[in-house]
Formats: sequence, structure tokens, C-alpha cells
Amino acid sequence: MDKFTKLTSSAIPLSIENVDTDQIIPARFLKATSRDGFGENLFRDWRFHKDGNPNQDFILNDTTYKGSILVAGDNFGCGSSREHAAWAINDYGFKVVISSFFADIFKGNALNNGVLPIQVTPEYLQKLFNEIEKDANTQIEVDLEAQKVTILATSSSSTFEINPYKKTCLINGYDDIDFLISNKSAIEEFEKEKI
Amino acid sequence: MKKTLFDKVWDAHVVKEIQDGPQILYIDKHLIHEVTSPQAFGQLEQRDIPIFRPEQIIATADHNTPTKDQHLPIKDALSRNQLEQLTKNCEKNNITLYGLGHKYNGIVHVIAPELGITQPGMTMVCGDSHTSTHGAFGTIAFGIGTSQVAQVFASQCLLLQKPKSLRVSVNGQLKSGVLPKDVILYIIAKLGTNAGTGYFCEYAGNVFEEMSMEGRMTVCNMSIEMGARGGMIAPDETTFEYIKGKDFAPTGAEFDKKVAYWKTLPTDEGAVFDKEYHFDAADIEPMITYGTNPGMGIKISENIPEENNASFEKSLAYMNFEKGQSLIDKEINYVFIGSCTNSRIEDFRIAANYIKGKKKANNVTAWFVPGSQLVAQQIVEEGLKNIFEEAGFKLRQPGCSACLAMNDDKIPEGEYCVSTSNRNFEGRQGQGARTILASPLVAAATAIEGKIIDITKQLN
Repeated sequence: MDKFTKLTSSAIPLSIENVDTDQIIPARFLKATSRDGFGENLFRDWRFHKDGNPNQDFILNDTTYKGSILVAGDNFGCGSSREHAAWAINDYGFKVVISSFFADIFKGNALNNGVLPIQVTPEYLQKLFNEIEKDANTQIEVDLEAQKVTILATSSSSTFEINPYKKTCLINGYDDIDFLISNKSAIEEFEKEKI
Repeated sequence: MKKTLFDKVWDAHVVKEIQDGPQILYIDKHLIHEVTSPQAFGQLEQRDIPIFRPEQIIATADHNTPTKDQHLPIKDALSRNQLEQLTKNCEKNNITLYGLGHKYNGIVHVIAPELGITQPGMTMVCGDSHTSTHGAFGTIAFGIGTSQVAQVFASQCLLLQKPKSLRVSVNGQLKSGVLPKDVILYIIAKLGTNAGTGYFCEYAGNVFEEMSMEGRMTVCNMSIEMGARGGMIAPDETTFEYIKGKDFAPTGAEFDKKVAYWKTLPTDEGAVFDKEYHFDAADIEPMITYGTNPGMGIKISENIPEENNASFEKSLAYMNFEKGQSLIDKEINYVFIGSCTNSRIEDFRIAANYIKGKKKANNVTAWFVPGSQLVAQQIVEEGLKNIFEEAGFKLRQPGCSACLAMNDDKIPEGEYCVSTSNRNFEGRQGQGARTILASPLVAAATAIEGKIIDITKQLN
């Protein structure tokens, strides 16, 4: 897993609520057996018309907006547990998703893939949308160590919560498998006692 | 300390607590299918990590499988490859696979309960958000991502923060024609799609106590649609009776010993939940959805609400509905009875009971897809297949089918489908398809009438 410490980037605003993982990556693209290449079909049915031409009204096709931060409406990532959604977001180039609320499974999947989900207040989320609307190139700084996100132009910042264990994993690029395997004797002991 | 059902099962599975961090939770049963497992197998293979407890894993093929001509090779190359990968991975790792053509094949959340694999007090996971279904047995069951599938492969454990507790109580008398699907659609419509996020939900009250196991599964199945990772119902005599005699259920003295333990699981009197909701059963009516998330539901006789916000309007525009509109008499060309929510024998009994002696509407294409081979067999044995065929319906073979349209069962663009499945997201049943979620009774009535009718009027 890639390490994550600090990031400064402009952002892409997706001001839609309840974005479900079926929109992030539709089921018909889940037939692959590797983790690669899902970015191509990220938000497929919003990004492209049925004939394959890009939908110019969709924000990802608006060249005004660029960056590795996605700022999204409330309850992002609800629905299916498909980790393909996190893979698609990562593969497309997003390293951070900011929203006022995340669905549980998506949040976990993102963290397991080095994508940082940042939950802010609805007010701060609105502030982000407003600043990006004012200046599409406005720079947003994400500091994982300090657990802080800042709109650099206004210095308006907000702290965010993250589990200390997950924070360590992201900063060091660790994943849970190594940790679990290192606890194998405790697991075997548990099994014996249970039976 | 007074404990909830959830606390009791969770606490019994904690291997270790990490300071300031998550807990290591032991997983009793791991269910896998073809879509969310290949990358996990790949990850382990790449790192040369063996599968720790293959005997605690059960595999099935369901998401991609065709519902016609299952004896023939699968036409779609990608689907075929995914199923072949699953077979290879299971063979290589000594994992039991109920693949296509096996007598136990079917939707993962239908087969594990009907085979007696799902039992109270267990922890169960699957790379599928509707794993919450198994909570109907008083089981901690929840969906996981593929990285977590790999973690369970490697260690039979997961690293998790204990979720908060939520209880939804429904008491009183349900009206005639109100099914478990209506109860859960009503709850989600009242609470919204994220009320349960961060929580594990227990359903309590006489409505759930009086429900069959199949009804309880329908309710727990949709817990994730209000954001809850899982839902649970306390095990009772109905649960024990359902499990008894199932192919993989404990037998004899072992069964009695298990029952004695299962009886200790219900929430202690006076245990405290982080959040509680109460509903009156008498207020629930047959439900339908009008929007693009399962929380956008109304009583079938009600009109679409008038809300002013961009996401709501986007949703109505997709559905081609208007604020204030009634859905009664809306012409419907597609009906789907199936999915891990409503594809069990009781669902088909309900449909058959309504359909008997009637004829399918000419404009309707209907897919009746049993959840498993065993359900399909029972449909034949009980004579329901004949009832469906006399009315002009054809029975399909088991699988997830049009619930997520990964196989050929896709609803065409712009068409409405009254569906017994669990999600009405944009494009869920096919690109541009418009899904209206409902109970098997409302779906059957739609298939006969060719339009949405106020079923409550017929019942009265």
C-alpha cells in the first residue's frame, strides 16, 4: 500500500448526496479478476453517454476542475461492499475523498487502499464547495499527521478524526494482513479455548 | 453488566484488543462468491500466504451466473473466466464450492441458511453487503471488502472497531397484505439511508417475534440500506425449529447443547442501546419506492413527497416522476421476483397464491428467479411452478439475476421494473433502468395487472 502523509492539491467538487458504489463503479465492470484498470470506468454512467461519448455536463469531464482530492456530498459510498469502488477512485488518481458523511464499508475499503476518507462538518463541506466554485484552482492541504484539512487561500481549516491504528497504517503504508498474521498464536489459542 | 444480543456474540469472538485501536475479531464462517474473491486469492498467492482455515469457508457462484441454460457453457467470456477462477481457487485451496449445477448452488445468502450453515451466535462475513441477512438467526453477519476477504483468508480474523448499538422496535398488529419487505421498506423510509451507519441494529418487538425465519431474513437483509453494517433478531423457538434437520445443522445431543447456548443470547432485560426507535405496526402499509435510493419509499396509496433539494430532484428526473405524483395505475412492463431479499419459498408461495387462476398482463415481461436449487425444487414439488406456467410465467434458474444485472437479465433503458430486490440505485438493473422496490405480493399484482395497483383495496 502507498504511504500517505501530506497532500496539497486542487479538488473536484461532486455535490451530489448519497453517491452509491453502483454509481462509482457499475456492476457490469466487476468481472475482472485483478485490481487494475478500474479508474477507466469510474462513474461510468455519469461520465459517459450510452453511446460512449463523454457527458460534458458531468464534473469529471469539465477540464476546469483537476486534482487528486474529490469533494463529495453527504453519505458518500453507500450501498454495495464492492472494493472495486475504492480501487476505481484510487486508480483514477484520487488520494483523498472529503464528505460530510461516509458509508462504513466504503470508508474501510478506502483506508485499506491508501485512499484517505475525510469527514468534515456539513458547514465546512459547504465552505469547500463555495471556495472551489469561486476558484477552481483553490489549493487544499491535507495533513494526516496533524489530522487537519486547510483551504490555503483563506487559511480556513478543519480537523478530522481517524483511528490511531489506521493512521499509523497509512503513514507507513502497512496493511492489516501482516498485523493479523503476527497475531497467529493468539488466534490459535482462541480457537483452542473456543472448542 | 446487562448485555445486548450483539454484545454477547461480539464479546465471545474477541481474540485480542489493541490499545487505542481496533479489536481482533474471530470469524466462524466465511462465505465467498466469484466477484469479490479473485483479487483476495491473488493477493495471498502473490505474497505466498496460505489460507489459514479453508474448512471454514463456503463458496458459491451466484452474481454472474445465467438464469437460463445453466448446463451450457457461459457465453460471456468475462463471466465464464470469473467462475473458472473461483473453481480453480477453491480446488487449489481445498475450499468447498457449490458451483453452477451443484444441488446446493444458489445465492450465497439463501443457501447458507437453508443448509443450516448459518447458526445463532456465530460471526459470519462475506464480500457482499447483504451478508446482514444471516443476522435473522442472531448471528453477527456483515459485508466486507476484498482486502478484508484476504485478511480472513490469512487469519480467520478481522481488525474492527466495535460498532455502536441501535434497536428498532415494531409492535402491534400488521395489516393484511403487509409483508416483512414492507416493514423494512417502511423503517428505511422513516429513518433514511444513513441512520444506521456506524451501528449494528437489533430488530425487536412482537412483529419480528411473530415473523417466520424467511421474513426475518428479508428484514435483516436490508439493514445495510439504512447504513447499518448488520441487523440481528434474537434467536427463539422459530429459529431452532428452522435449523433443526437442515443438512449441516448439528444433530442429537449436540443440537440440544447448541440450543441451550442459543437461548442465552437474547438481549438482557434493561440492556442499554446507543440509539432506539419505535414504530407502530398498524401504521405500516404495502410500500413502494419512487426514487433512486431505498429510503425514497412511500405507502403504495401515498403520493411522492414534495422536497426541494438538488439530489431529490435529480433522483425524480432519473425516474421520470414528478413531485406529488401517485404511482397507482402507472404502467409497468417489467417485474422481477428474486434476489437475496425475496427469493425464498415463502416469497413464491405469496406470489403463487395471488396469481392462481389469473393471467399475466400482456405488456409484462416477468422474471421469477428462485434463490437456490433447493428453492427451485420446492417450487416444483409444491405445484407452484404449474400455477406460474398456467398464468403465463416462466420460472428461471437460481442466481442474483436482475438484482444487479451482472448476467443477461437486464431491464432495458428507460423501462420501469417492479422488483422484490433491495436496491433502486440508478442503473442497478441495467443502464438507464428504473427500479421500484416492493414486496412479492405487490410485484405479483403488478405482473397480473400490467400496472401498479393499490393492493390494499383488493385485500379489503
